[in-house]
Amino acid sequence: METAYFLGVDYQTWWYLVIGATFTAYAILDGFDLGAGVLHLFFKKDQSRRVALNAVGPLWDGNEVWLVITGGALFAGFPVVYASAFSAFYVPFMLLLAAIIGRAISIEFRSKEPMKWWRQFWDVSYSLSSLLIIVLLGVALGNVIIGLPLNEQQEFHGELLFFLKPYPILIGLTLVGLYALHGAVFLSMKTEGRLYAKLTLMIRWSLRTFLILFGVLSVITVIFYPQFIDRMEVHPWLFVVPLLVMVLLVLLAKWVKEKKYPYAFAASSLIIALMMMLVFIQQFPVLLPSTTPGVLGLDIYNSASSTKTLGILLTIAAIGVPLILLYFGFVYKTFQGKVKMDETSY
Amino acid sequence: MEVEILARIQFAFTVAFHYIYPPLSIGLGLVIVLAEGAYLWTKKQVYEDLTRFLIKIFALIFGIGVATGIVMEFEFGTNWATYSRYVGDVFGSALAAEGIFAFALESGFLGVLLFGWNRVKSWVHFVAAIGVWLGSMFSAIWIVVANSWQQTPTGYHVVGEGMNARAEIIDFWAMVFNPSSIDRLTHVYLGAFLAGTFLVMSIMAYYILKQRHLDMAKKGFKISLVLATIASLAQLLSGHSSAEVVAEHQPAKLAAMEGHFEAEAPADLFILGWVDKESKETTGLALPGGLGFLLEGDFDADVTGLDAFPEDEQPSQVNAVFQFYHIMVAIGMLLIGLTLFASFQWWRGKLFEKKWLLKVFVFAVFLPQIANQVGWFTAEMGRQPWVVYGLLKTSDALSATVTANQVWFSLILFTLIYVALFGLFVYLLHRKIKHGPYTAEEMEQNNHQQITA
Repeated sequence: METAYFLGVDYQTWWYLVIGATFTAYAILDGFDLGAGVLHLFFKKDQSRRVALNAVGPLWDGNEVWLVITGGALFAGFPVVYASAFSAFYVPFMLLLAAIIGRAISIEFRSKEPMKWWRQFWDVSYSLSSLLIIVLLGVALGNVIIGLPLNEQQEFHGELLFFLKPYPILIGLTLVGLYALHGAVFLSMKTEGRLYAKLTLMIRWSLRTFLILFGVLSVITVIFYPQFIDRMEVHPWLFVVPLLVMVLLVLLAKWVKEKKYPYAFAASSLIIALMMMLVFIQQFPVLLPSTTPGVLGLDIYNSASSTKTLGILLTIAAIGVPLILLYFGFVYKTFQGKVKMDETSY
Repeated sequence: MEVEILARIQFAFTVAFHYIYPPLSIGLGLVIVLAEGAYLWTKKQVYEDLTRFLIKIFALIFGIGVATGIVMEFEFGTNWATYSRYVGDVFGSALAAEGIFAFALESGFLGVLLFGWNRVKSWVHFVAAIGVWLGSMFSAIWIVVANSWQQTPTGYHVVGEGMNARAEIIDFWAMVFNPSSIDRLTHVYLGAFLAGTFLVMSIMAYYILKQRHLDMAKKGFKISLVLATIASLAQLLSGHSSAEVVAEHQPAKLAAMEGHFEAEAPADLFILGWVDKESKETTGLALPGGLGFLLEGDFDADVTGLDAFPEDEQPSQVNAVFQFYHIMVAIGMLLIGLTLFASFQWWRGKLFEKKWLLKVFVFAVFLPQIANQVGWFTAEMGRQPWVVYGLLKTSDALSATVTANQVWFSLILFTLIYVALFGLFVYLLHRKIKHGPYTAEEMEQNNHQQITA
């Protein structure tokens, strides 16, 4: 395999890092607005729901771009993985698309009519589609982690609903807990008054939910998927990650109590980043493991685009990513602080 | 039905539905930039009203455009896995560049454009408007480049064989500036400007007819009319130039567009017609030798016909390609006539006095939309049976693992969602138009709503 190096690291690994970074950015950024969506129906008053919606209003669309960028980055850098994984996850990804469309439309349409039934309908579809997106992404991620029974052509033939396995579903649910927490902390940072009082309660619920699910997940991993633990032993320092997550959760609870929400938000963001890091490092260099004996999984070397293309992609990323950070920074700065409603709000 | 035809129907349906919106965003975005620029320059209230009103319409269109656009990025992988493997090395960098350069710019600044009126200085808001518009323009570049590479591939070599064959980039800029990129991008831009300006003119003509918001409506109409007149005239040149590229690089497509069968013979230029692929005859109203004249300046020039290609390398739906192409050309001519006539009336100072003309403009909003759609159908169906012209056939490009049942499932899913979506879009657009620009009192009332809950 011909390759080229930058700072002693080969291009394939660099691009793996880029994908890891964009997906983590997606998880953190869309994470808080998806989490806010999950909590949405717990707010009862129309005005509360409006405030909650407008807290994510100017940001959610830009956040979603990170998913588009991650998909494009996978297609460009590792087209074989993109092709095999996307055709394997046909049904969940079609449902994911439906949920993404449904969610965008719900946010957009809700405020357009004052009728109660109209708003209730879009509130429900906004919340359910947010939930569905998290669960589906978690389930897909879970299936990627445990691998697929690939055939000789490194493709997957399977039943329609093969992806509904207990372990991936558990990962999906754990993510729901984490995102709900992340979303609740974000909303606390952005709101005042009655909605805000309710959020303290929600932070507590979602923190507990996440903690329990994360514990169950860890135990099941140790018992049923010892290969992950074996792989972690290659990088023993990875065992620090779960510990670090616990420490951050404690700190988060403390900062919430002290009303230091930006700190708490940084903590929940860091937890998400750490979890993603855990997945990406212990999978490396495999992107789509194979569970069929004798069939190689897809890794960053046997599925990559040419070195030339990877070089072009890395150049595009080197120019583009600083620009993105610049305008995301500007937008987030523009809308920082508590939500203020005006005639342009949802 | 077979997976192939189902997957093609699904892609055609989802991409055609999506393509209602991005051209509107591009065209409307330009009008917004001009209106807001006029506001900053003159400080006149009427331009602020116009800008704010158009941004409300823009938000609705943009939201649906983004949501329906993600679908295609997934479909390449889900339904067309072999294609994705084949073109990933080439096509992927265009898509990644779109994500990084275009979407981030557009979606990032969208928040400021929609919600930032009272939060940023007016010139910053203007910069956001330009950012969103440029983002949508950039996104068209990468998509059209990628599609043009499928029409006229350059800058690559093929490695591997059979099912493992794939194209790899050898020259990035040759891929970007493949022979059809610039012409097709220009054509797409002009089509988008027409779609956007005709939407604005339709709404403004309606207001003028109803004697509402007259000052704003007249200003909006005039800005759009100037743009639309230039765009419709330029589209004629761009269309001609595009056709020359097709003649040179995709002769089978050109032959289908004009229903020309004989391998090497002078070809007629049809105004109207019907193609019978069985009997290889095209009947209709035609200028004898006209196609050769357009391409070579000579009525006796030979033009390559469909018979020059083996049966399995000809587009299967020749009559459809012919009809779509001719509808596009006819609408193009109609738009030139309409915009020139309206401009002439403006010059005479009678633009807003002719009720029938305003009524025509209310409904003319559909014309550029139809032309954009049938134009793409011509381009894509005329490329068949190839997905990458001369390299990869559509029938070989599918996901090997996907079954007809799966595609039925997703096709039905998208049909249901899109039908509902379109209904809602039309309903809400209608509501917004009926409501018109917000009055000072309405804004004041909104501002006083409780911030906390």
